Amino acid sequence: MNTPAAAPSILPDARPRLPRGVRLVHNEAQGGWVLLAPERVFKADQIAAEVVKRCTGEASFEAIVDDLAATFGAPRERVEADVAALLRGLADKKLLEL
Amino acid sequence: MTTDGRPNGHAGAGGRTTKPLHNPLGLLAELTHRCPLGCPYCSNPLEMDRREDELDTATWARVFREAAGLGVLHVHLSGGEPASRRDLVDIMAAAREAGLYTNLITSGVGVTEKRLNELAGAGLDHVQISIQDSEPKSADRIAGYEGAYARKRALAAAVVALKLPLTANIVIHRANIARVDELVAMALDMGASRVEIAHVQYYGWALKNRAALMPTREQVEEAVGRIEPLRKQHHGRIVIDAVVPDYYARFPKPCVGGWGRRSLNVTPAGRVLPCHAAESIPGLEFWSVKDHSLREIWEQNPAFNAFRGTDFLPEPCQSCERRDIDFGGCRCQAFALTGDARATDPVCHLSPQHHVVEEQAAIREDAEYVYRRL
Repeated sequence: MNTPAAAPSILPDARPRLPRGVRLVHNEAQGGWVLLAPERVFKADQIAAEVVKRCTGEASFEAIVDDLAATFGAPRERVEADVAALLRGLADKKLLEL
Repeated sequence: MTTDGRPNGHAGAGGRTTKPLHNPLGLLAELTHRCPLGCPYCSNPLEMDRREDELDTATWARVFREAAGLGVLHVHLSGGEPASRRDLVDIMAAAREAGLYTNLITSGVGVTEKRLNELAGAGLDHVQISIQDSEPKSADRIAGYEGAYARKRALAAAVVALKLPLTANIVIHRANIARVDELVAMALDMGASRVEIAHVQYYGWALKNRAALMPTREQVEEAVGRIEPLRKQHHGRIVIDAVVPDYYARFPKPCVGGWGRRSLNVTPAGRVLPCHAAESIPGLEFWSVKDHSLREIWEQNPAFNAFRGTDFLPEPCQSCERRDIDFGGCRCQAFALTGDARATDPVCHLSPQHHVVEEQAAIREDAEYVYRRL
């Protein structure tokens, strides 16, 4: 599903951000990070949380991918495809602005 | 940018209870029962908490910290009209500081633009405004408050101008059920990103006004049938959430996601309930946050354990394939309609007492509303 060719593309200079009303929160009792929206809760695993934390509206998609690839020592193309798929999925649910 | 939901230092669950124990996800904070409106289907109990008994700011702040420690993620600041509290901004800020997602549920009457700006500045996440009808005169009549409609629309415009996400909450019943299309169009016009079309749930004030509110089966089927086409028509512009009309349903709702399972409610005076109508069931003693921590109450209050899980359920629930889906329905409704809080919710067509629901739904009278007043 996450092959680079099939992954939805995101412009390198897009600056993804959480819209007002969507927040990433850490809750110990719920076992980690959760993305909260009106009447909705999405559990975020460690990787998803690391991605979403970087979606501040300031960093570009390109810079976010560079940062994650460097932080986790993973191949850039692979990171780009995975992050693009994640962000596109969140945007479709209106949990992210691209 | 993120805040921590700090555990508050209590010991773990300890495995004392034999009932399945989940983390609550949502807390309904009834900050006050005072409200300028008089909606005849108000979810507040007939006997309301008085102003002098209301919890103070510091106690609410403690409750929010304890709630976050229990796993609560969303807090719904409700009432009554929450803006009747002068310390609403401080209360909201305390919930935010505890790491909770803050949803303000307001009538729209009493929140000034200045206060809205302060709330937004202090991090309010979401606003929900109730609106009684798409026709101003009818809306004001249902609310029992002249000019309510115009004030609600003005507040909605201010919320949208601040780029805060807005939900329009619309309760439907005989007086407005024919206007589902117009109601959704109104929500769009208000700039809401979400609209709740909620059939009246017959508890408290609504139970008192049942004959005046009850629609016919044909009206309900027509209204329910409009939801899917409207969702398609407005896809991507507004989310339409529908609350089903129990009295004409085949199966009961899994009320509050199961008793003492996913949510809790704190009354203005500090009593903690599994749902806002729970005090209508006699024989249950609800503990107060004035005497106990929220965790003690969630784990140990016998009232919370009274209907936890499904062991108490009779047949036909016990052997039903839906037992763990709807938990036998709503305890308050079972009590209100059968006199036994352990019974199968009679809304279910498999209930031996289902006929009671059909008989009650058939009673419709165009009587004056009994408005909810403190």
